[in-house]
Amino acid sequence: MGMTITEKILARASGNKTVKAGDLINAKIDVVMCHDITTPAAISMLIEKGIDKVFDKNKIVVTPDHFQPAKDIKSAELHKRLDEWARRHKIRYYYKLGRAGVCHALLPEQGHIRPGEVIVGGDSHTCTYGAFAAFSTGIGSTDLAASIATGELWFRVPESIKFVLNGKLPKGVYSKDVILAVITRIGVDGALYKAMEFVGPALKDMSMEARMTITNMAIEAGAKNGVIGFDATTKKYLARHLKDKKAYKVFESDADTEYSSVEEFDCSKLEPMVAMPHLPSNAKPISQCKGMAMDQAYIGSCTNGRIEDLRIVAKIFKGKEVKIRTIIVPATPTIWKQADDEGLFDVFYKAGCVISAPTCGACLGGFMGILAAGEKCISTTNRNFVGRMGSPKSEVYLASPATAAASAIEGKLVDPRKYI
Amino acid sequence: MAKAHVYKRNHINTDEIIPARYLNTDNEQELAKHCMEDLDAGFVKNLSKGDVIVAGDDFGCGSSREHAVWAIRGAGVATVIAGTFARIFYRNAIDCGFYLIESKDAVERINGGDEVQIDYDKGIIEDKTTGQRIEFRPLPDFALEIIRDGGLLEHIKKSK
Repeated sequence: MGMTITEKILARASGNKTVKAGDLINAKIDVVMCHDITTPAAISMLIEKGIDKVFDKNKIVVTPDHFQPAKDIKSAELHKRLDEWARRHKIRYYYKLGRAGVCHALLPEQGHIRPGEVIVGGDSHTCTYGAFAAFSTGIGSTDLAASIATGELWFRVPESIKFVLNGKLPKGVYSKDVILAVITRIGVDGALYKAMEFVGPALKDMSMEARMTITNMAIEAGAKNGVIGFDATTKKYLARHLKDKKAYKVFESDADTEYSSVEEFDCSKLEPMVAMPHLPSNAKPISQCKGMAMDQAYIGSCTNGRIEDLRIVAKIFKGKEVKIRTIIVPATPTIWKQADDEGLFDVFYKAGCVISAPTCGACLGGFMGILAAGEKCISTTNRNFVGRMGSPKSEVYLASPATAAASAIEGKLVDPRKYI
Repeated sequence: MAKAHVYKRNHINTDEIIPARYLNTDNEQELAKHCMEDLDAGFVKNLSKGDVIVAGDDFGCGSSREHAVWAIRGAGVATVIAGTFARIFYRNAIDCGFYLIESKDAVERINGGDEVQIDYDKGIIEDKTTGQRIEFRPLPDFALEIIRDGGLLEHIKKSK
């Protein structure tokens, strides 16, 4: 029986010829991602246990992002602990304020993600990097501490579910709509402990940015990792971005691999989707939910805060004004600069939006756009749990940047296709 | 005696267990004050040390914040019994040396306020209120080893 791409990557990382789903392995980590919420605790643990060391200062990437620039005294203290530690250990890739960005947009952009490698990060959306034919998964602070100190971590090799994305996406329908439809079909624990492997012709037309939106939300179906195979698009992106030009290893699933299940989707029949409160699996086609009044639009995050997303939004906003408060958060300084250079900020300003510095911000109810009780927000983020963006009595509706932009113009949920 | 605090809903997530507005600290006692706040504002007040949480499937889904485990542990909860656990929460708990019990049977049979006694090694929950004896499968051996060592970091120190 053949192996999945996930099994092959984990076999390499654990020094085994083969591994199979269910095996417990110890894997070598290629990149450890650290941010301001979960890393300070990991640092404290290491100091307390007397193992305050880093396994390789070149393989740890640090970027404060959740509450940066510091939103209050307590988060400033977290940043201070992170900064002191990163300097003391001479972490090579430490992105300070001004270079720091939303981690899952920043690491691929700055060329830290390579196919065939194992990446862990103290953030659940670390699964994003699977778009590059890599194994990546989110971990908590103790696992993070162990990874930082030893460069190794235990894993149970996951079973894989194959998602076949057939057809071509219609105009105005994006990868965000695809992943919302996938999660809605299988449920928020539909891939619990498993790998979500995405294949099929619809992926061919998607940029790396669009693919990252898909793998980013694998965790919203409970998955350990999401993964997309390597192709010409991956190769081209890596040629532009990779820090280290040395050869990488490309793995692909064998043809005779067994999957725990196979799910087929006809993407050509998809409509723009909106996930109703309070689960990402509550998505409805826009035709079934349009007209609902919104109070705020939020465009940003590791799911949809990339340049491609901002371009889509600017195209819709051009020459129009928004009806509700609209917050635009370019995910990294490079994206911010690019958006400015391309004249997108001019469009956003004229439309009446506010443009934020790169941060995770209000996506997780931190700052920069918190909701009051009873308010509704159309958001390009990844979670709409109770209280996610503010008051436990507020509501978050997840959608693509196009749907969020169109809805901002009318102040209610609308089908973006009339603006495209 | 441990009292069961029962929430039979599925997908109780990390934002409900410890909202992100409190993540500007990693102090366990600070976090504990807000444990389960967005799900049940009275939770901490009604809890006695050693009580247990009983919940539906996919408990702890969402964020990777270990703060969720710390908040629960810091509040004095002895264990969480759930139908299933979200994977990062599950790992985090083991890594911190905190027991979890996966048992759909227990979730179905234990009622809110029941007095329970748990034998973790044998895998038995005794519901003293109803007189039921509920068997569960203890955590896998590798996980128990980590928990017995006092968490992953101690475990690593020991095995190196």
